[in-house]
Amino acid sequence: MEPLTRQVTEPDQLIELASTINNTGGRFIMAYLRYSENIPEVVYLVDQGSNLAFTELVLRNHTRLPSLSEVAPLLNWYEREIMDLSEIEFEGNPEPFPLVLLEGMSLSIGPFNPSQTQVPELFGTPTQPKLPEVIEDQVQDLFWGPVRGDILESGEFHFAYIGEQILHYTPRLFYKHRGIESGLTGSSLTKGLVLAERVSGVGSVSHAVAYCAAIENAFQLEIPTRAQLIRIILSELERIYNNFHFFANLCKTTTLKVGEAFGALLEEEAKQINCKITGNRLLRNVLAVGGLRRDLAVEELSTLLPPLRRKAEDYLEALSDTQSHLDRLIGTGILSQNLAFEFGATGPVASASAIARDLRVNHPYSGYQNIQIDVTTRSSGDALARAEVRKSALFNAFTIIEQALSLIQPGPTKLDNIPVPPGTVDGLGWSEGPRGSCFYAIRIRDGLLERVKIKSASFSNWKVFPLTVHSTNMMDYAINEASFGLTIAGADR
Amino acid sequence: MRNWTLKGIAAGKATTDWPYPDDLDNGQERMRGFPKFDPSRCETSCQACIDICPTAALSTNRSEDIASNVQLDFGKCINCQICIETCPTDALQNSADFMFAAKNRNDLIRSQQPVTEAADRLRSKIEKHFKGSLHVRHIDAGSCNGCESELAATTNPYYNLHRLGIFFTPSPRFADVLLVTGTVVPQMIGPLQRTYQAMPNPKFVIAGGTCSISGAPFDFGYAAGNGADPFLPVDVYLPGCPPSPASFIFALLLLTERVEQKLKDGNYE
Repeated sequence: MEPLTRQVTEPDQLIELASTINNTGGRFIMAYLRYSENIPEVVYLVDQGSNLAFTELVLRNHTRLPSLSEVAPLLNWYEREIMDLSEIEFEGNPEPFPLVLLEGMSLSIGPFNPSQTQVPELFGTPTQPKLPEVIEDQVQDLFWGPVRGDILESGEFHFAYIGEQILHYTPRLFYKHRGIESGLTGSSLTKGLVLAERVSGVGSVSHAVAYCAAIENAFQLEIPTRAQLIRIILSELERIYNNFHFFANLCKTTTLKVGEAFGALLEEEAKQINCKITGNRLLRNVLAVGGLRRDLAVEELSTLLPPLRRKAEDYLEALSDTQSHLDRLIGTGILSQNLAFEFGATGPVASASAIARDLRVNHPYSGYQNIQIDVTTRSSGDALARAEVRKSALFNAFTIIEQALSLIQPGPTKLDNIPVPPGTVDGLGWSEGPRGSCFYAIRIRDGLLERVKIKSASFSNWKVFPLTVHSTNMMDYAINEASFGLTIAGADR
Repeated sequence: MRNWTLKGIAAGKATTDWPYPDDLDNGQERMRGFPKFDPSRCETSCQACIDICPTAALSTNRSEDIASNVQLDFGKCINCQICIETCPTDALQNSADFMFAAKNRNDLIRSQQPVTEAADRLRSKIEKHFKGSLHVRHIDAGSCNGCESELAATTNPYYNLHRLGIFFTPSPRFADVLLVTGTVVPQMIGPLQRTYQAMPNPKFVIAGGTCSISGAPFDFGYAAGNGADPFLPVDVYLPGCPPSPASFIFALLLLTERVEQKLKDGNYE
């Protein structure tokens, strides 16, 4: 299968084309800016449907484009990010204010423009954000963050509320924006991988798999079967420990303290297994372009994992038999199927709102086509649905590892002597992580990274999350947020 | 309906007694940690590790006789192991060492010429009562969330940080220690300084994770960070990407002088 096709189009045809894509089973994934020989190109990545090649919709050399926020609301944040980082404007974007660069901060020059010889610099300090005006009696404003209680990532959240009732909620992310995409320009492929593993620590494997796949697709490499299967196993180990964390955190918000402790202990046991197999509790430092850096004794998992699975079964059975816990999840943070689709929900958040999409099934990579994967969906779209989908993903991960172990044979795990094609090559790579889809669109020139676009699962789900908070209760907020299982580092980059 | 209290009691004790004594299981069996460096094995004209290191943790300030002048800065090392795989003579080897916290930035640097300054400015500041009870305020100043994941793990039943009298506190007003993770991006400088200012005296700072020491590997680009050092008086430096929960615990105990520092002039003892 060809991973990527390209279609060049013009601004006056864009909206019509976008509607056609939406009406014929296609779906926008992301939009980003890149330069080809000093000419700016806005690229829309489109999923045409299961097992079909992804399509790049390219608009060359335009500084004003019509906004697609109406046709595909999920593109709103991508447009704002492009506006923040370049001179390009999207006419009709309903929220034309800063996103990635906080209000009060500005860049000296656009960071991706290769004709600039200066190094881009970031100025200023964050100031009060632009917020929607809420006209109502006795409305109170609560700014929460960027430093919050507990051991949490930095982000600022604004609530406009009356009593217990939240009228409007605005997450202000990107306090952790590290400019990784622009910083990678000119880096070696090795350094790129080190950074990809550190975009989101708890998504190290999904990012590394997508990064390596993008380069392998660009170089047209087929990696050895054993390396493919070990990548599958590592991806599922990541799913296991992240989902234990998810349940521990969910119990914490429903104040089920013992349940939280059990979940945290299972997460710890999963991380210790990770360490035994790979030498790293977050499963880092194993993948390489062309396979793996070294072979792993994954066969040992057939004795390490079954006891963990039995404990997981016991734990989750006990949780589903705890009315006080379930009562807090039922009907909390409802996301409709329609909104989930339009605003680009991914992973368990989408599955819980009756969208059966999983890159492992719809666009199999790394040999997932030989594995039986169960994509559980729920239609209620509430916190309970998200928890049930996660539970099923957790047990499915154990089953997938069993399948992979039954298929695995001794053999090479790395391609020797990878030839680097001269000139410019493009590659797209993807993976389905514990939180949903992760995409890397990479352009390589003479063996060095020229442009890396990273789409993490949380960037998509943070766009959706506020829709489930408006007009709900303060006391449900923490439960709702935990049920989304978001990370900030992945979204901020 | 489950009785979680009984279920919890029936599950028994999950907590390790590490670090008392410190040879007990600490949850990192077969860990691949920082490189162990033996310069005597270097080949004369070889600089393979310097060329490949993605964060310039390995460097030299000489143009000739490079091999005998390689410097390894653990404050920039993200234990990615690439140098170990690249080294042709096994001068760099894998180690499971993890108790890397140090009170002096220079103790993280291994070079042929020791650079340690004599001052150990922490010693006089620690008062007796911090040894029994220490309250920590964590702040994320631009991390990858790996450190948050491992730091949060210190409170799970296996490590159970509370047994050591160390607690996380939501408010800087109640905090004795500010534990900084992340590279300190420009957007977070203000919140970082305001959090520190809100803490009562005496107060301490731990830079947790390699990027909070030097910014590496996020020390490039327009939102680059150079760690906490330029903004706060750091008392303990803890390299690691991320440091394991046991490493975090070691750093907290080192701050309160309940364990001995293992790293001297970049040499792990």
